[in-house]
Amino acid sequence: MSHKIVVPIGPYHPLQEEPEYFRLYTEGENVVDIDIVLGYVHRGIEKLSESKHFDQVPYLVERICGICSNSHPFAYVNAVEDLAKIEVPERALYIRTIIAELERLHSHLLWIGLAGHFIGYNTVWMWAWRYREPVLDMFEMITGNRQHYAMMKVGGVRRDILETDVPLLKKTLDELAPAADMFKGAVMDDPVIHARLKGIGVLTKEQVIEWCVVGPTARASGVDIDVRRDDPYGVYDKIDWNVIVQKEGDVFAKAVVRILEMYESISIIRQCVDKMPKGEIDANVKDVPAGEGIGHVEAPRGECFHYVRSDGTNRPVRHKIRAPSYVNVASNKVACVGGTISDAAITLAAVDPCYCCTERTAVIDRQTDKKILNGWDLVRLSQEKTQRLKK
Amino acid sequence: MSLKINALTKSLWVFHAACSPCNNCDIEILDVLTPRFDAERFGIVLVGSVRHADVLLVTGVPNMKTKDTIKALHAQAPKPCLVVAVGGCACGRVMFRDSYNSPCDLDEIIPVDAYIPGCPPKPEAILAGVIKLINKVKGKE
Repeated sequence: MSHKIVVPIGPYHPLQEEPEYFRLYTEGENVVDIDIVLGYVHRGIEKLSESKHFDQVPYLVERICGICSNSHPFAYVNAVEDLAKIEVPERALYIRTIIAELERLHSHLLWIGLAGHFIGYNTVWMWAWRYREPVLDMFEMITGNRQHYAMMKVGGVRRDILETDVPLLKKTLDELAPAADMFKGAVMDDPVIHARLKGIGVLTKEQVIEWCVVGPTARASGVDIDVRRDDPYGVYDKIDWNVIVQKEGDVFAKAVVRILEMYESISIIRQCVDKMPKGEIDANVKDVPAGEGIGHVEAPRGECFHYVRSDGTNRPVRHKIRAPSYVNVASNKVACVGGTISDAAITLAAVDPCYCCTERTAVIDRQTDKKILNGWDLVRLSQEKTQRLKK
Repeated sequence: MSLKINALTKSLWVFHAACSPCNNCDIEILDVLTPRFDAERFGIVLVGSVRHADVLLVTGVPNMKTKDTIKALHAQAPKPCLVVAVGGCACGRVMFRDSYNSPCDLDEIIPVDAYIPGCPPKPEAILAGVIKLINKVKGKE
């Protein structure tokens, strides 16, 4: 190996909003290796969750990530409903699906904008975020907040979609479809974007399977997985829609998957609004019995998995969260290597990383490679802090 | 009004530092810069390095790993550097107060000039907060 130069990116850098640290090992222009250092956004949510009761946890898990702030509570309520065998009213399932798809719309528009920003095409950024605003207005109309919708509740949803909201929702979707057409044209027919994104950051099908990549990143490499179809939750089994799969595996394919998924989302919301029955929106759950349950949803970034164990009290004994970005970010280790430094920016961003979802922490002594802080030490730290707070 | 303050408040360049947020305040900060709210008409521009910044927008609860980096970041900024805590977490840690990985409040690490509460604060609130900060620096009420 000849002389290697290390290019550090982060933890505070203009590329992405969140703190994270990449060490690019380069030879000339080419990236030969990459280190990914995470842990800047670790807040101990799994441990905090054990101190909240079942109805408070959606509020907490919503704040794992601001962009997937419906997916995490959705997966959590699926897990608790699996645990307690709760029948959810059908109208609530439709409302959940509508909110989940609106979230996918806003998340994909956000990514397209940021991807444009990363390749220096700020016009796309400004456009995408301008068309994202009506989606946020819909959230504000239905849930009362632009982000952090607080719709999920064990056994149902917190708010109904009013009859008076439906016409405006439909009108917004009608206006969004031409915008999606424009993006399709702007991205898929633009020679500059072709030149910049095609053949960059390629993940082959074998690599995707080997690195356990999920979501649009995997679907762009020809791996046909989607939780919404493979293990339906909400009302996805009653709706007519398609899983978008592309074969190439480069950044361009990832962009195409996300743009085409926007059309599917618009179609799903339209069908849900039309088919939505009248009735209750809440099953009024009183107790959660002992047991364990799992729930997963297809977040905009991939499969989001929650495991909840209860001992019959009003708090979860264990709440395990597996977020999609955690597995996707690791795949940069193969996607970035072989490219140039200038392509690294968009390749790192192509998995739509969301470090807030992701963070795990372990403190390691670099001399001996021994863990200084492990899981039990964190529990001890937490107990010490509780003791301090009690004083 | 001194020349220095006049020059500082004429066109604020902001740098956006995330302590350990949930990403929402960061998105709303970017939202403020995009066409609907368009903070650039007030001369507010997002810059890539803290060494060019007049204002540090901090989001999220400081954790064990970021509390040192945020202090280093503030030390690198040219003075006077105004610090704005955006969102409930940066203002007072809200429910992450009980977490084992949240050692202290943001204002125990660096001096904070303005607090914008909310989870997340709406873009209008962020704009209003920044304008109040400008008036405060100018000595107006």
